[in-house]
Amino acid sequence: MAGVSIEARPAGTSLSVSDLRLKMGRRRREGVVRRVFFAAALVSVLINVLIVVTLFDGTWDFLSRVELRLLWTDGWFPRRDMYDIRTIVAGTMVVAVVAMVVATPLGLGAAVYLAEYASRRARRWLKPILEVLAGIPSVVMGFFALIWISPNIMQSFFDAGLFSLGAAGIGVGILITPLVASVAEDAMFAVPGSLREASYGLGARKRATTIRVVFPAAVSGIVAALILGISRAIGETLVVAIAAGGTGGSLFTIDPRQQGQTMTAAMTALATGSDQVKGATLAFPSLFFVGALLFFMTLGLNVMSERFVRRVRKSY
Amino acid sequence: MSESGDPMDVTNRVQLPESEGGQAEHEQGPRLAVRQSRDEPEVQREVVFDVRDVSNYYGDFRAVRNVTLPVFRNEITALIGPSGCGKTTFLRNLNRMNDLIEGARIEGELLYHGVDLYDPQVDPVEVRRRIGMVFQKPNPFPKSIYDNVAFGPRIAGFTGNMDDLVEESLHRAALWDEVKDKLKESGMALSGGQQQRLCIARAIATRPDVILMDEPCSALDPIATQRIEDLMLELKHRYSIVIVTHNMQQAARVSDRTAFFTVEVHEDSGQRTGTVVEYDKTETIFTNPSDKRTEDYVTGRFG
Ligand SMILES: Nc1ncnc2c1ncn2[C@@H]1O[C@H](COP(=O)(O)OP(=O)(O)OP(=O)(O)O)[C@@H](O)[C@H]1O
Ligand SMILES: [Mg+2]
Repeated sequence: MAGVSIEARPAGTSLSVSDLRLKMGRRRREGVVRRVFFAAALVSVLINVLIVVTLFDGTWDFLSRVELRLLWTDGWFPRRDMYDIRTIVAGTMVVAVVAMVVATPLGLGAAVYLAEYASRRARRWLKPILEVLAGIPSVVMGFFALIWISPNIMQSFFDAGLFSLGAAGIGVGILITPLVASVAEDAMFAVPGSLREASYGLGARKRATTIRVVFPAAVSGIVAALILGISRAIGETLVVAIAAGGTGGSLFTIDPRQQGQTMTAAMTALATGSDQVKGATLAFPSLFFVGALLFFMTLGLNVMSERFVRRVRKSY
Repeated sequence: MSESGDPMDVTNRVQLPESEGGQAEHEQGPRLAVRQSRDEPEVQREVVFDVRDVSNYYGDFRAVRNVTLPVFRNEITALIGPSGCGKTTFLRNLNRMNDLIEGARIEGELLYHGVDLYDPQVDPVEVRRRIGMVFQKPNPFPKSIYDNVAFGPRIAGFTGNMDDLVEESLHRAALWDEVKDKLKESGMALSGGQQQRLCIARAIATRPDVILMDEPCSALDPIATQRIEDLMLELKHRYSIVIVTHNMQQAARVSDRTAFFTVEVHEDSGQRTGTVVEYDKTETIFTNPSDKRTEDYVTGRFG
């Protein structure tokens, strides 16, 4: 093909419709490309539909066979056909709350430092480190929670046992801190420098600028970061499975010092077979039921955070 | 904030006596200290900024060199010159905004009402409360109009009647009539010209002594520009104004004094350094400049 000429057409050459007409070959190629991408999109939608159908099918199977009073009882013991929903929902909440108590100050503090205080050089180093931390395998964090957090924090300060929801919650909190920090930092970094200049120009100090200008301007992104953190904390499995001590079942509790069970860890235990024994025929189908419950909780949170993120994009 | 020993308190200063004859000269800057006008007696104006041999560096790069000029009270001082000659850099020296830029450094001496602005004991935050700034692009906070204006006084711990202060500031910025019914609405919802006047109101609300403006009209249409110019002429009775502008007519229309900056290219390194070629009464700069480069610039032969 000849090089593209940027010179104007010589005067006098008239333009005809055929110059502008879309060539047939190009039209066909565009069509093929469009169909390929459409197929890719369709497949991923279908997979999701399949997951949801499987989930609800299993849930229906479980609910139609279980004695409903067993869904509201003393604890979650699938081996004995006791499926107390409260236990695993409460366990999930306790872990999520403890995790957020840890991750909110650490994550937002790190975000404020990186976005407002760190020198350009420090930021260049610290931001990638944060992203690496976000990639710590949760199984590693699970063992850390069990062998370090549990004895050094939960046992020595809170008089807890070896396994506790608190130890798991702290582990999850550390795990999600980089995520919270990174998303919140993005939101604060996106606040235009002109607003900071306006603030400093009016005689504001750094703290006033951060609190009164940057935070409010980035509030949607910061809230989105926290919701993402909660959503991840609810979905976190291995840390809880290792450190919370719920495998085999747990009594209802909202005390972080007690051992307990969460929805995800319960599913792991069910799926890997450790909570299935001969005779407990409903143990396996209950897996789908818990899955559906979790599905709705995370869906709700994700929709919420999506909304906040969209608001952040709109504000500038 | 206004104990008697406060060297920056200018409210109770006595206007210096009128000098006799046309030959009175300022110690540092010949000709400049005297305001000469056919129908006005010559008055020796009080010096707000005394800039002595100031140079600016960004890291190793010298952006501005050896600027010496006095800025006078209740005057509009215009800074003109081609792009990249360091007008913004120089302007931001005056309220220590360059402190916020990593690697930025200043050399020389900059006196504000006789106080060394860069003395280690001077708090830049206090400086900025007295020397307000309006930026090139209107930058209201994503807050209500009211909260925008109240921002400065609030962080300074203002305890008086905020409603009155907000109203007064908006009045002085010639914006009150347009926004008095929607003070709770977002400042970002205003037009560009209104936003810029909001930014001026916001700067006025801290009751500054000087207002620095960096091309305040460059994002505005001619009518909005006209309003801001009228406003500046109004404001100079209370404040001293330093304005950067690319608009020669604007400098000629509103300013009392003009500094012409230019870029010098270093022969070996190719470094571009800005400096002041000429500083004089605006009338002189535009009608009878003494430097050829100034003449070329103001007559449009350059830049
Ligand atoms: N933050 C910075 N870091 C490094 N160099 C800078 C910075 N700001 C400005 N400079 C450099 O300093 C020189 C002067 O810039 P300055 O913005 O002061 O010019 P100006 O006269 O205001 O230009 P314009 O009319 O285009 O606004 C330029 O060479 C510019 O590249
Ligand atoms: Mg500039």
